[in-house]
Formats: sequence, C-alpha cells, structure tokens
Amino acid sequence: MMSLPKRSRLGRPSAMVSATFLAPAIALLGLFLLYPLISSFRLSTLDWNGLGTTGRFIGLQNWIHLSHDPAFFKAVRNNLILAVFSVLIQMPIALTLAVMLDKAGRGSRTLKILYFLPLLMSSVAIGVVFKNVYDPNFGPLNAALNALGLGNLAQDWLGDGRFALGATLAVICWQNIPFYMILFMAGLSSLSPELREAARLDGASPLRVFWHIELPHLQGTLRTGVLLAVIGSLRYFDLIFVMTGGGPDGASELMATYMYRTVFSSFQLGYGSTIASAMFLIVLVVASVTLTLTRRFETEI
Amino acid sequence: MKAIPNVHLESSTPFRAPRFSVSRAMVLTLGVGWLAVTTLPFLFVVVTSLKSQQDTYSGSAWSLPSVLDLSNYRAVLEGGFWVYLRNSLFVVGLSTALILLTGSMAAYVFARISSRLNRSIFSLVVAGMIVPLHVTLVPVYLMTRTAGLYDTPFALIGPYVASSLPVSIFILTEFMRQIPRELEEAAMLDGCGPFAIFWRIFVPLSGPGLATVAIYNAIALWNEFIFAYVLTSTPANRTLPLAVWDFQGQYASNIPATLAVVTLTSLPLIVAYAFGQERIIKGMMVGSVKG
Repeated sequence: MMSLPKRSRLGRPSAMVSATFLAPAIALLGLFLLYPLISSFRLSTLDWNGLGTTGRFIGLQNWIHLSHDPAFFKAVRNNLILAVFSVLIQMPIALTLAVMLDKAGRGSRTLKILYFLPLLMSSVAIGVVFKNVYDPNFGPLNAALNALGLGNLAQDWLGDGRFALGATLAVICWQNIPFYMILFMAGLSSLSPELREAARLDGASPLRVFWHIELPHLQGTLRTGVLLAVIGSLRYFDLIFVMTGGGPDGASELMATYMYRTVFSSFQLGYGSTIASAMFLIVLVVASVTLTLTRRFETEI
Repeated sequence: MKAIPNVHLESSTPFRAPRFSVSRAMVLTLGVGWLAVTTLPFLFVVVTSLKSQQDTYSGSAWSLPSVLDLSNYRAVLEGGFWVYLRNSLFVVGLSTALILLTGSMAAYVFARISSRLNRSIFSLVVAGMIVPLHVTLVPVYLMTRTAGLYDTPFALIGPYVASSLPVSIFILTEFMRQIPRELEEAAMLDGCGPFAIFWRIFVPLSGPGLATVAIYNAIALWNEFIFAYVLTSTPANRTLPLAVWDFQGQYASNIPATLAVVTLTSLPLIVAYAFGQERIIKGMMVGSVKG
C-alpha cells in the first residue's frame, strides 16, 4: 500500500488522502447544509403552495413583500428584544451565582449539579411544563400569588399580549442561566488564588475584589457568553412554538415561528423561504458585528 | 505571600473570620433562592403527574395528591412510549456514530495535511456553525419527500449528522493537532499508511475528544424537536421530544397525564446524568462554547 513514501507526510500523495478522508463529511455537509441553504434562496423567488413539483417564478416579489411586512418586522423586533434582555438578565444573575459557588468552594458541588438540571430537558418538555405553570386557572404561579395575597397580580400570562413575550423570556432565562453560570465558573477557576489573597491582605472588600480582579479576569468569558446569548436569541423556536405558537396575535412571534407558520400553516413555501433566507442574512450580519465587537471567536475557559 | 503566616491572615482581615457576616447571608439566600427557582418546577411536575385528574381540578396546584395515582404513568407506558424511546435510541445512536466516524476522518486531514485548499475548506466548515438550522428546514423537507424518506426515522439521520459536523470537526481538529507528530512518523517508518495511522494512532489517542463530541451531540440530538416534527408524522416513527408534543395534543385537558409524559421522557438523560455529572457538564460546555 505504501509504495510512495516520500511524496507527503502521510506517505501518499496528500491530495488523494485528503480527498478520501474528507469525502464523507463534505458530501453530508454539501447535501444537508450547503445545498438547502442555497435552495432556500432559490425557493424565495417562487410562488408555491407546496403542491406539485415546483411553483411559479415571481422574481424578487417575495422580497419586496417582506420589506413591507409588518408581521416580519414585529418578529425581528421580538427577536432583538429577546437578545437584549437575555444578555441583561442572564449575564448578571449567572455571574453572581458563579461567584457565589466559586466562594462556597467544595460544598457547592451538589448545588452546581442541581442547578444544571434544566439544561438536560428538551425545550419542548420545558415549554409544556411552563405552559402548565402559567395556566391561569390551574397553574401554580397564580396559585402562589393568590396564597401570598397578591391575587390581583395573577394574570393570563401566555394568553395576554402584554405579558406573553415577557413570560417566555422568563422561561428562556430559567433554561439558560445555569449554562452561563458554569461557563463563568470555569472562567473563575483559572484565576490565581494568590491574586485574590493579596487583594484581601490589602484590605479590599469582597465587592472590590469582584469588581477589580474577578470581573476583568472574566472579560473574555463574558464576551463569549454575550455572543452565544445574542446568536441563540435570534434562532429561538422550540420554546415559543410550544408555549404560545407566536401568539396571541403575534405578540411573541419570532422569525423562526413566523417562517414555520407561513410554510406549514399558510402553505406559502416561497414566502416562508424568503423569511428563512432573511433570517440567515440577519444572523450572519449580527454574528459578524458581535464578533467584530468582541474581537475573538473562542476563549479559554 | 508565603512569608505571611495564616494566623495573621485570619485575625487581621475583617471579612474572613466572622461566620455570620452580611455577605455570607446574602450568598446563602441567593444560593437557596436559585435552588428553589430551579427545582420547584420539577417538583410541581412530579407531584402533579401523580395526581388524579379530579385532584388537579379541585385542589390547589401546590397541594399534595390525595391518593397516589399511577394510572397516568400506566397510560403513557402502554400508549407508545417505548416506540418513541426505541426511535430516539436508534436515531441518536446511528447519528452519533456517523458524526464520530466522518468527523474524525475530516479532522485528521485538517489537523495534519496543511494545504491552501484544505485551509479554505476548514474555514467554510467552521463557518457552518452559525447557520440557523431553520433556514434549511423547508429544502430538507422537500428533499426528504422526493427521496421517499418522509415519515421514517432515516429521514432524520442526514440533517442531524450534517448539522452536528461543523462543531464536531472543529473540536476534533483542535484535539488532533495536539497529538505528537513523532508517533505517526515512527508508524510511517514501520510502513503504516494513512489509513492505519488514522485508525491505530489518531482514533485511540482522541478518546477524550471523541467522548466530548459524542456527549454534546447525543444530548443535543436527543432533545431535537423541529426537524423530527417536520420530517415525521406518525407516532410509530417519532422520537421522544415528539412524545411530549403528541401526548400533549392527545391529553389536551389531562394535566397529570401530560406531566407524566414530561417526567418519563426526561428520565433517560437525568439517569445518565446521575452516573456521570462532571463528564456530561464538561462535554456540554465544551461543545456549546466552541459552537
């Protein structure tokens, strides 16, 4: 087999080795990722209800329609609201919990294991659970509010357009805070204990130690967290789909749920693909902007 | 710092000695508070799933069941749960195996054969990490229909493997780059070809990397919803996350039964977690951060 030992490091013409080893992965990626991506843009030029083999070519009409579609802009706005509040709510809580567990030392192991539990559940299961938690008649949330004498705060959390997006945002935070907490804990574990000890000897309060030593040390990790939260927020689907379906009346509609409804409920494959393609472009732009702002793609955790 | 004895430290620093300081109390409150936030929903699910339907509608959501009612669990277990579980095991098992095989083969090339073409392909593959999968949903759905795979568990394998490959290749490439070159050079002198080097040196030495990739992808795919929902339609061909969805529709007004399904479908991962928390936490973190 090895008749040409000197042609490359691996003893064979390296191009052939490359091709053989890369072929399966490239074929799968091409067929199920790259081709569908291109195909989505092609479908966006069609007027098609999904029946028959293909639709009618209508050029850029879907894109023109999209640029005037208030439902789409509302969905984009909701995605951006989720992105901003995910960062603003999740990062501080996760950071506080991480610092707390880090201080608690060994005794925190059990807490960490329990805190992690939400990350093992599927989003569908979490969605179904919280749909029941929020249930206006039989849900434990309103029951708890009533028991505490705060009955006038009880709401139809998911059925009221004023609260639907906020209620789903709370669940998103519940699901994701443990992730960022562990990310920050990993970041903190690389901080040298001597540094903290030295600050304490100089009489620095725990708050000052956090502000001047721990937080600067976590800068890179924090950037990674923000990037993940922002990109994740633009792609949310499962939770919202299960809990509200984007309703009531579009109050919690996201790009992905709007795309899904357009294709599989309204049977507009062409327009749905336009929304999907636009979503791809938006994620691409936001990701590169966030990447440029944070200036790094990976961080040592 | 070595010069300063510990005794001195404890007596002179104001916030280290007291056992009941304000900051300590705050930390404790926070810790217990978040524990409640995390675990109360789980408690609600398990307790309610053991109630009778009548109990749910008459009593408070926080009351304990008046009689332990296991009929919900029985109904779910007799109502196709095992079929969903079997499909999940099949789809996730086969997908993960294919991810490990094709991913490590590609990573081997990216880690060791440095050509301009390979570097460009690598950047392209890594860029695949940010593609939102929903964009590929409609075309993949059409392809699946054309290929005659619609509503079979096989329909999920291709999209699952492809969507997992970018992160997996990225992690495995980083891992394989650290394998010392001396080993393969020695193997080459012994007459080993690229296939033997890959199979006998790179695969065994990438064990921890492969484990990380396997854990991360298996958990993500185990919980995957949208592709499974769109590419299959009958319970006989659906995976566990769809069990929650299907039962929810079927038992629309039966809260205990719905929550019994949630409990049962979440159980496999929680059991796995009970056996290897550290490993699972680490695997999920590395995968997500690199992704």
